[in-house]
Amino acid sequence: MSLRSPLGRARGLGSAKQGVHHFWVQRVSSAALVPLSLWFVFSVARLHGADYAAVKHWVSAPSVAVALVLFLATLFYHSMLGVQVVIEDYVGHEGARLASLVLSKFVHAILAAASIFAVLKVALG
Amino acid sequence: MAQFTLPKNSQIDKSAGKHHPAPAGAKNVRTFKIYRYDPDSGANPRVDTYEVDMDACGPMVLDALIKIKNEIDATLTFRRSCREGICGSCAMNIDGTNTLACTKACTDVSDEVKIYPLPHMPVVKDLVPDLTHFYAQLASVEPWLKTDSPAPTRERLQSEEDRAKLDGLYECILCACCTTSCPSYWWNGDRYLGPATLLQAYRWIADSRDEATGERLDALEDPFKLYRCHTIMNCARTCPKGLNPAKAIAEIKKMLVERTT
Repeated sequence: MSLRSPLGRARGLGSAKQGVHHFWVQRVSSAALVPLSLWFVFSVARLHGADYAAVKHWVSAPSVAVALVLFLATLFYHSMLGVQVVIEDYVGHEGARLASLVLSKFVHAILAAASIFAVLKVALG
Repeated sequence: MAQFTLPKNSQIDKSAGKHHPAPAGAKNVRTFKIYRYDPDSGANPRVDTYEVDMDACGPMVLDALIKIKNEIDATLTFRRSCREGICGSCAMNIDGTNTLACTKACTDVSDEVKIYPLPHMPVVKDLVPDLTHFYAQLASVEPWLKTDSPAPTRERLQSEEDRAKLDGLYECILCACCTTSCPSYWWNGDRYLGPATLLQAYRWIADSRDEATGERLDALEDPFKLYRCHTIMNCARTCPKGLNPAKAIAEIKKMLVERTT
């Protein structure tokens, strides 16, 4: 049992003086994902039944490669911000929360780097 | 992890509930199932069943609770005061929704009237939750007028337009229905301020006479104090006064963006 006063507990460690940046970029990235996702889904649907060479040719077009890189970068950035919120919501233990937050950031960075590298390899190679 | 199940000593003992039948000859009988917990007994909580003759009882749930306490079971414990929806004392979970027992008509509930304390708060006894942390959180946002200018010799003037900005905020009676209905508050209530406290914080941020707007926004800019609100809207759905705390929180978020862009 803590003998700390209720007001002391409510004030806790005070304000972190941050959070507005996370809130704003989450909304900006979601807005950017609206046209990017629509373009991606329709493009992939149009490739239905296409063979390997046709898809490779599609990815290697400069405008498509740039759009794909933008889509993947925004997607994984937005996902990282979203997963961070889920972890902060549901992982109560301080150490576990910190570890999951760092792990989530690493996983998103790896996935983003790998997928963007794959696009560039096809586009440039 | 967030706690999704009740600890063992808080789980309801279904076999322990007592049944208080209606008096013989009662024609208009309603059944009330009420959460009971006595910390002195060491027993788990139970749900007691009370049959009330509505022909000899007022229309509101609070009328029935008072009748039960006066005439059937004096051990039933609950908070009440004004009986007209202005003090916020009799906030409890009725028929699955947090509301005020004094303004909720028994006829609004279709079947048995199930009454529980406000959710996810420590229970002191029966329908009385421990609101210590809730009140401390309210105190932490310093809900009073703050100014540095010398006090005027007359009242502090406010245009009708500025006064209108406080409508939908000043009516809050701090019953805690919204805060205890918020899943974010359930999981992170130790740090998240919750809808009622944030609505009160915005009530002073929006007040044209207050001179501490920036400090107030500084104090709220925090991933846990403010940004645990994910616009779930339980607060607005449950508010017995028809207010919209989620909108007040959104206004705070908008102001924080506004001062960085």
